[in-house]
Amino acid sequence: MELATYIRERRQEKELLIMAHVVCGYPSFEENMQALEIMEQAGVDLVELQFPFSEPSADGPIFVRANEESLKSGTTIDQCFDFMRAVTSRFTFKVLMMGYYNTVFKMGEKDFLERLSAAGGVAFILPDLPIAESVMLRKTALSRGIDPIIFMTPTSSEKRLSELGAASSGMVYVVARKGVTGTKSNIDAEVVALLQRCRMHTDVPLGLGFGISNRDDLQVLRGTADVAIIGTAALKTWQNAGPFGLRDFFHALS
Amino acid sequence: MDIFDFSSGREGYYGQYGGVFLPEVLHNTIEELLHCFRECKEDPDFWREYVRLLQNYSGRPTPVTHLPNLSSHLGGAQIYVKRDDLNHTGSHKINNVMGQGLLCQRLGKKKVIAETGAGQHGYATATMAARFGFDCKIYMGAVDVARQRPNVFWMENLGAEVIAVQDGQKTLKDAINECMRDWVLNMTDTHYVLGTACGPHPFPEMVSWFQSIIGIEAREQILALVGKLPDRIYACVGGGSNAIGIFQGFLNDENVELVGCEAGGLGVGSNMHAARLAYNDASVGVAQGYKTYFLQNQQGNMLETHSIAAGLDYIGINPIFSYLWEQDKVRFEAATDLEVKEALRLIMRMEGLIPALETTHAFASAIKEAPTMAADQIILINQSGRGDKDIFMIADALDDQQWKSFIKDKATQYRLEEN
Ligand SMILES: Cc1ncc(COP(=O)(O)O)c(C=O)c1O
Repeated sequence: MELATYIRERRQEKELLIMAHVVCGYPSFEENMQALEIMEQAGVDLVELQFPFSEPSADGPIFVRANEESLKSGTTIDQCFDFMRAVTSRFTFKVLMMGYYNTVFKMGEKDFLERLSAAGGVAFILPDLPIAESVMLRKTALSRGIDPIIFMTPTSSEKRLSELGAASSGMVYVVARKGVTGTKSNIDAEVVALLQRCRMHTDVPLGLGFGISNRDDLQVLRGTADVAIIGTAALKTWQNAGPFGLRDFFHALS
Repeated sequence: MDIFDFSSGREGYYGQYGGVFLPEVLHNTIEELLHCFRECKEDPDFWREYVRLLQNYSGRPTPVTHLPNLSSHLGGAQIYVKRDDLNHTGSHKINNVMGQGLLCQRLGKKKVIAETGAGQHGYATATMAARFGFDCKIYMGAVDVARQRPNVFWMENLGAEVIAVQDGQKTLKDAINECMRDWVLNMTDTHYVLGTACGPHPFPEMVSWFQSIIGIEAREQILALVGKLPDRIYACVGGGSNAIGIFQGFLNDENVELVGCEAGGLGVGSNMHAARLAYNDASVGVAQGYKTYFLQNQQGNMLETHSIAAGLDYIGINPIFSYLWEQDKVRFEAATDLEVKEALRLIMRMEGLIPALETTHAFASAIKEAPTMAADQIILINQSGRGDKDIFMIADALDDQQWKSFIKDKATQYRLEEN
């Protein structure tokens, strides 16, 4: 089932879906699994599994450290795909690959898509790969039923939004603000206006990410976004308060 | 050949290398930069203003100097040196920085950020920012801050804020990542003054254009001096800006051989070097906004690099060079830390020149090859910078006892002042 359909069907019962984020191998694959268990129980609908990269230039300090630590402990791409396979066969949420383009480029785009498919992933998010550079990859992905997720941002012009809209499939990742991951955003009327602008340029579901951290944020998004994307706030919670803290964090959201 | 005459749909590409690999949020910013750069490049007044600025402020044109002692000592080719070390701030970096300063004015931006390795680019950027009245932030790997304190001192005294980057290997590549992170937040009022001919288009083209002033001058000067073109030109290659700068003056001269000199560090097979093309350890990848040869592992994660020269200690290389190397237009060699130390001693004693450690890589390669050439052949070396800034590194390398006791005395003096 393709991603957009999955999101639309879940939306019949739920006003706002939740996508969570895990950095593969940080702090460890065991702890990743424990966190995902909690996310599943909390009713998380989608999860992006980040494949660690040595130059995560679109990430803020917390994810940068997570990428670094994971690689230091020896995390490989094989392990990430094996982990993805284990996750998709165990849980009901849908899984997306998130990472940087060099990971894909080095293994070859075809191999990447094959392995992503085999591991049960439904889409990929590559923040450093603009649409002009991904024409072939997106085409091949779509022919295999995998969705390339593209970004819309507060700096995108109307003209750019329409180009991005034309390239969108599965879901659009709307970035709440400028900057990297990690800092709290003001989820306010401006963000809602951005979502409405994006809505004019694409039919696929809209996910909003960067700096979402609490129930109030979700309240603002209900009715305009389809998916709230929660990254750093959850990892921070895990670091500070462990599994129980994470459980409380997701419960407090719903 | 005109390397910047892109075929349709391949703007910013040199063969398969180059491109723009940036987060979507920077799309508008990079388009705006490209547009402004195109305007500047097509405007002859802009180039005239640029040249005038460098003449008045930085002492251009820098001379070409004959090295008779070294030439006869080596017993082969006649060696000439293009003296970009005589620029204000002591290296070729000022060329690019002054050009981008003028461009930043056209963009209407009031703040500049820059990465720096050796600190020469940061130093030049801080100088430019002071002169133009821009706010200036310099990102520098914590390891480089520790080994290049004199440049940090000058940057701070010129009014720049120097931020020590604690991520990754804490060197040049990590400083670039941190600049990108600043830029994706502050692009509205901030221009990123990239210091070498790397990164996303139009940076490689833009930095090459500003640095082409070296080659334009050098060609005229060497013709005037010896009445013919050089047989070989040597330039050190970190990111690859001083080298593409001088090489551009001779790209269409078939009988001029261009030699890029990389950091051999501890040598072939040591895994402690930054020789992307001269050794066999690099492969094509995409990082830091562009596609080129990177020192990376099978998984696409970047490897640790090493060089005695902080300014050459970098994972990637000018995408134009990946292409020119593939086309056999530029030969790549590497000089090891040890060869560099020996070459430096020789040059100081024989000619009274103090090249920067980066630059000395070009000398070391030329010194190896000069004896095999005929006495009527000509070598031209690009002296990209002067070595004063490296006094701590060079003193260590030469194990200079007098210097060490001077530093010890200084430390004692500071300690006494504190108490
Ligand atoms: C004196 C000098 N030469 C060369 C370089 C290497 O840079 P590039 O390859 O861009 O010329 C540096 C960089 O810091 C430098 O300071």
